[in-house]
Amino acid sequence: MKIKLFSYNRLDTPIHRLSGITKLITFLFLTFAVMFSYDIRVIIAVMIFALILLRVSKIKFSQIKVMMIYVLIFLVTNAIITFFFAPEYGVEIYGTRHEILKIFGRYNLTREQLFYQTTKFFKYASVIPFGIIFLLTTDPSEFAASLSGMGISYKVSYAVALTLRYFPDIQRDYQDISQAQQARGLEISKKASLLNRFKNALLIIVPLIFSTIERIELISNAMDLRGFGKFKTRTWYKKKKLKKQDYLAIIVSVLIFIITILISVFINKSRFYNPFI
Amino acid sequence: MRQKPIIEFINYSFQYYSQAEPTLHDINLKINPGEKILIVGPSGSGKSTLGYCINGLIPFSYKGKIKGSLKVQDLITEDQNIFILSKIIGTVLQDSDGQFVGLTVGEDIAFAMENDNVKIDEMNERVRKVSAKVDMEKLLNSSPFELSGGQKQKTSLAGVMVDDVDILLFDEPLANLDPATGKATIEIIDDIHKQTGKTIIIIEHRLEDVLYCDIDRVIVMEEGRIVADMCPDELVSSSILVQDGIREPLYVTALKYAGISVSKDMKPGYLSSLDVNTVSQPLKEWYQSIKKPEEESEEKQSILRMDNVSFSYDGKHQILDNVSFKVDKGEMIAIVGKNGAGKSTIAKVLCGFEIQDSGDIYYQGQNVIDKSIKERAEIIGLVMQNPNQMISKTLVFDEVALGLRLRNVDEEEIRERVKKILEICGLAPFIEWPISALSFGQKKRVTIASILILDPKIIILDEPTAGQDYRHYTEIMKFLEEINKLGVTIIMITHDMHLMQEYTPRAVVLAEGKVIADTHASVVLTDHEIIKRANLKETSLYNLAQRVGISDKTDFVQSFINFEKGVRVSSED
Repeated sequence: MKIKLFSYNRLDTPIHRLSGITKLITFLFLTFAVMFSYDIRVIIAVMIFALILLRVSKIKFSQIKVMMIYVLIFLVTNAIITFFFAPEYGVEIYGTRHEILKIFGRYNLTREQLFYQTTKFFKYASVIPFGIIFLLTTDPSEFAASLSGMGISYKVSYAVALTLRYFPDIQRDYQDISQAQQARGLEISKKASLLNRFKNALLIIVPLIFSTIERIELISNAMDLRGFGKFKTRTWYKKKKLKKQDYLAIIVSVLIFIITILISVFINKSRFYNPFI
Repeated sequence: MRQKPIIEFINYSFQYYSQAEPTLHDINLKINPGEKILIVGPSGSGKSTLGYCINGLIPFSYKGKIKGSLKVQDLITEDQNIFILSKIIGTVLQDSDGQFVGLTVGEDIAFAMENDNVKIDEMNERVRKVSAKVDMEKLLNSSPFELSGGQKQKTSLAGVMVDDVDILLFDEPLANLDPATGKATIEIIDDIHKQTGKTIIIIEHRLEDVLYCDIDRVIVMEEGRIVADMCPDELVSSSILVQDGIREPLYVTALKYAGISVSKDMKPGYLSSLDVNTVSQPLKEWYQSIKKPEEESEEKQSILRMDNVSFSYDGKHQILDNVSFKVDKGEMIAIVGKNGAGKSTIAKVLCGFEIQDSGDIYYQGQNVIDKSIKERAEIIGLVMQNPNQMISKTLVFDEVALGLRLRNVDEEEIRERVKKILEICGLAPFIEWPISALSFGQKKRVTIASILILDPKIIILDEPTAGQDYRHYTEIMKFLEEINKLGVTIIMITHDMHLMQEYTPRAVVLAEGKVIADTHASVVLTDHEIIKRANLKETSLYNLAQRVGISDKTDFVQSFINFEKGVRVSSED
């Protein structure tokens, strides 16, 4: 079996054993922590922590390669655009100006700008592993159980789970359809112009939509026939009770969140860490 | 005392709001508790709709106009809701993949209980019990990807049995299964019937496969009406099956070819009950009289050759393991084997979607390794199983023209070539039609036409007859035979044993990525070792030969094939 993008793979690691709700809460706290702080030391520390977790959850690089490439492209584009629109933003924040390189006009590279953008780059980059861990180690059904435990309607929760559950199937359909269309002469590689590629993608998406609709009709019949939606509540076979390690994980993430805020308030006296003064 | 029926249709008619005509007319049918009923009929005969009426999808999911009444356990279904009905009737749908709601076996079985707010401990207990009944208790944590078709079906069955329903409804349970798994499914259904005494309703058009075990009554549907309601012995000896376009059991066909007039008192409903004393003599005489065709001596030209091709996705598990075979020009062959044996991978490697790790593929003696997907498409075309996976345009013309347009062929020429192909495919009147207005079989032909337009020398069809009733099956196969006569070499990936027997003289059998046989269909259908490894089952002709005491069973099957070919040729003239 080819490893699929975004698909949950069942392994037995400490991370997999955590309940879905724990993972959602810790994911949110850790994300808030790095989103709040502009202190590169904190960000790097959190990122190292994230990479360790990635290792612990036994996610292979090959699984996330494609996703990583897209993220990298996004980050680089983001960096270029930031520089293009606000080349002096770093100077503004840190209040000093050390020029490294003159490019042209108002576009001069300063150490402050470089530092600001590096910080920002790592900030985003450190959130990604958490997202990946969350997606790849959480059983969709168990996650749905968690969501509904948080008070979200179970129908909505189940819809989320089904989407995650069918993702690999739809990906496989996509691949099959795309291959069959390529055999008819469809060019979706870089050889075709952007407009043509877009038009050609439609030729794959149309059959994909139709075969997905077939799938949906079938599954919704199957669910109706087995009593889905009968009562206002339902129980969950996959629901995990919160255990000691769940509470521990939540405490750790809350602590990390508090520490980053404390560092900002008491040490940096702002969200930014300023090495230039 | 007379029993009270558990299901009772009285003058029942149903019309979908989206349809101009009623789908069911004037149905009168009683089913008693504990009966085992088979409902047969060609596609569009209304047999699935009848099932939907029983399980409540009609009128609660599919709306329409109802006349007359339908009672299930004395409840008028219209006045209930689908949840009440789901506690009385458990439905196993035909696509065991698509109805797998949960992410693991255990979760799927528990689904109905989850919806009933059953406590988690009780749920675990009941899942364990019911999964043991269908022999799935060791696989509770497996995901659908890890299961075989049969295991998925067992899971679905367990999923409806947790509720202790009184009626089990099977909607085309054999449609997506290989022959061996289909046989096992029929056995499981029979076991459940014997052990629990539940009322069983099976909707299926593959009569012979279901009649492998006992059935109380067979209901035959045609154009929304019940045209027969009788026991298997009576049905098989009547002319209803032939008229209704349902395939009669093969051994019955053989008896008829032998000039035997099949009657009810021969007990022909099941091969095991057939009175062989009266048929054995004429059957043997008929068998002796069939002439062997002359051996074709002319050397055929090979068009395609796979030479020690190996392929693996992950470098560990070999999907194809040193596969070698050749195909002659103008041949029509079958590639068979159970799911996961590597059949589809062969198609992918041939079309260049995947590149083999080692070995070579030769087209007319020329290695195709350097040819791109697009270039190979001009030699080898692939027709996928589900036409909806290929159709991307709204009009027939545009769909068939697509391959040429993508190759920047002149619009004038496109028009001409599309016309010509549509004529060959019998679709000429539909050239300006929207595809959505076509029947399934016509759609299938559109996809074949859209591949033929590229003028490939070989076409590969993935399960060309899956889910088709006998009439559509014959229609598609005749069409493929015609294309074959035009010189196109045809490779079919299939586990349809009838197809193999009737249309492909040669079959390549795969098991665990290896070619385990490359021989006559008659050998494949009678060799125990091959049958076991490829999840096939022996044809009923084999068993017939065994029962009447014909020693060379393979030769008997081959003679049947030869005779039938003669019948087909003379009926076409």
